[in-house]
Amino acid sequence: MTVWIDADLCNGCKRCQKACPYEGVEMRDGKAHILERCTSCGACIETCKPKAILTDAKPREIPDFTDRQGIWVFAEQRGGALHSVSLELLGKACELAGSLKQDVSAVLMGERMEHLAETLIQHGADHVYLVEDSCLAQYRAIAYTTAFEQLIRRFNPNILLMGATHIGRDLAPRVSRRVAVGLTADCTELTIDPDEKILLQTRPAFGGNIMATIANRYSRPQMATVRPGVMERKEQPEKRGDIIREALSMNEQDIKTKVLEIVREAKKRGDLGKAKIIVAGGRGVGDVEGFKALEKLADVLGGEVAGTRVAVEEGWIPADRQVGQTGQSVRPELYIACGISGAIQHRAGIVNARYIVAINRDARAPIFQVADWGIVGDLHELVPEMMRQLEELKAQS
Amino acid sequence: MNIIVLVKQVPDTTEIKLDPKTGNLIREGIESIMNPDDRHALEAAVSLKESTGGSVTAVSMGPPQAIDVVTEAMGMGADRGILLSDGAFAGADTWATSLTLGKAMERIGDYELIICGRQAIDGDTAQIGPQVADHLNIPHVSYVFGIDEITKERLVVRRRLEDGFERIETPVPALLTVIGELNVPRYAVVGRLIAACREKASIEVWNAADIGCKTNEIGLEGSLTHVIKTFAPKFKRQGEMLEGAAGESISALLGKLRENRIL
Repeated sequence: MTVWIDADLCNGCKRCQKACPYEGVEMRDGKAHILERCTSCGACIETCKPKAILTDAKPREIPDFTDRQGIWVFAEQRGGALHSVSLELLGKACELAGSLKQDVSAVLMGERMEHLAETLIQHGADHVYLVEDSCLAQYRAIAYTTAFEQLIRRFNPNILLMGATHIGRDLAPRVSRRVAVGLTADCTELTIDPDEKILLQTRPAFGGNIMATIANRYSRPQMATVRPGVMERKEQPEKRGDIIREALSMNEQDIKTKVLEIVREAKKRGDLGKAKIIVAGGRGVGDVEGFKALEKLADVLGGEVAGTRVAVEEGWIPADRQVGQTGQSVRPELYIACGISGAIQHRAGIVNARYIVAINRDARAPIFQVADWGIVGDLHELVPEMMRQLEELKAQS
Repeated sequence: MNIIVLVKQVPDTTEIKLDPKTGNLIREGIESIMNPDDRHALEAAVSLKESTGGSVTAVSMGPPQAIDVVTEAMGMGADRGILLSDGAFAGADTWATSLTLGKAMERIGDYELIICGRQAIDGDTAQIGPQVADHLNIPHVSYVFGIDEITKERLVVRRRLEDGFERIETPVPALLTVIGELNVPRYAVVGRLIAACREKASIEVWNAADIGCKTNEIGLEGSLTHVIKTFAPKFKRQGEMLEGAAGESISALLGKLRENRIL
């Protein structure tokens, strides 16, 4: 298909230029022109008030999905322990359910997992679909995909959310392909469109340089993954819900892969996603020694140490300590950024921090724009000073 | 072992800047590169070929200029290159892209292994690998950082988890998505690059008809998700600068933290 502009109708309002995700529209002599960059995505067409944007594409019919009801959350468990992201997603699902007036369900798979159902209910699930089978004892892509396929065909959910973990990002695309639906990865915001009642999925793109809102109008369930730490869990101790047991037809030969072993590598430090206080360092920290000082500060504060991509690439800290677009998203009470300039990829990972403190020698560093409090100065002087004052405070109390 | 590697040409997103006035991306002068994870996929394929024999076919989907990454793949050791390029492919989401790639894999036919990068740096979705595998009805393993055993019938690989790893056995044909930890990619060899630019080079360009795709099931028309709005991310906070010598500014900071009950 092609998109073009009727110059006589164009009033030069530039709405199409703003709407274009690919910068494929240019203004020439007060009229819009479509550039070679145009991918014919059609994002501009709806925004044009005088209807000057024409296309040879036939309007696509949106199927009737009124029989698709309910918001599902994949209750990810490993070795019988629920992943925190599933509880966070239940919190979000309850909010979405409020605007849609539909139920929230958790989908729990594994072997002997019933004891987890109560926790899911107390975090917002009206129903828990419980699928127990020896084939599902450990996560395997084909086994879990087949289970989801059968459940989705049986119960026709409207929305399906999964955590963007190494399991969720492995499973969600396979499920989406199997049941022929669209999927949006790593969303940072989910809302319901008040008119269309569809799920609006907002996610970073181009390495966090832009945010894109994506709709999934043509298939159900509307599927999205969300990174851990982005949504907030909400406990509802009074909540009541039921367990729906489902048996599946599945046999070992169809699953193809075998998990030979699962190796847990001991972490020296705690989970960044759960940390209340994070002391993070970037290029300005300079070396491994510099990070040792940050680690001491983190210890005094009872927090965790983290770093930017540069710090990881330089080998100053391990990769599991990386915060940002290609690392982890975090939501601590306090984030202390030391010697971090604040590249957009890094800022994208800390938007949900309650308070941000920035320490940097360069007063123009972009990190100061996102900080609650900033100090311009040398971290190699300021960090030891903070340690000294904190220890003084401790001695007084 | 015959191996297909999926490679993508992407803008170097680490170099992208925003126009401070309009909030738009400044694309001018941004280099197009081979997606970083895909280099590791190619390295894995070429070194497997060197140890077990067989062939490596590099496949990319994109506009005509994406031929550059196919050429580079040939320079790194691929024996054959295929660029899927057609106006009808444009604007595809991962659903339509995985169908297009899946159809191309079916046309190529003769493969034991498909290797791709975990994700591309322009979209970061990590969806294409598992989706192509499901289309082809073959198993996949994602986040692969080690290949322990490989025979004609099966392979054993290590898959990275957040807190460790799994060792997984899979029969072939299978699809792997790999991460940077797996290997150190080689550089393209100049002689091979020159050969890949010659007219007789074994690079083919296939369009929608070549792989038997109907235009209404691919590209924007065949997509199930659509971008309805883009905007610059907002991060701004009430930045208060704390001044004075180290002792004073830190003392002021700790005061603020205590006021807000952080300490």
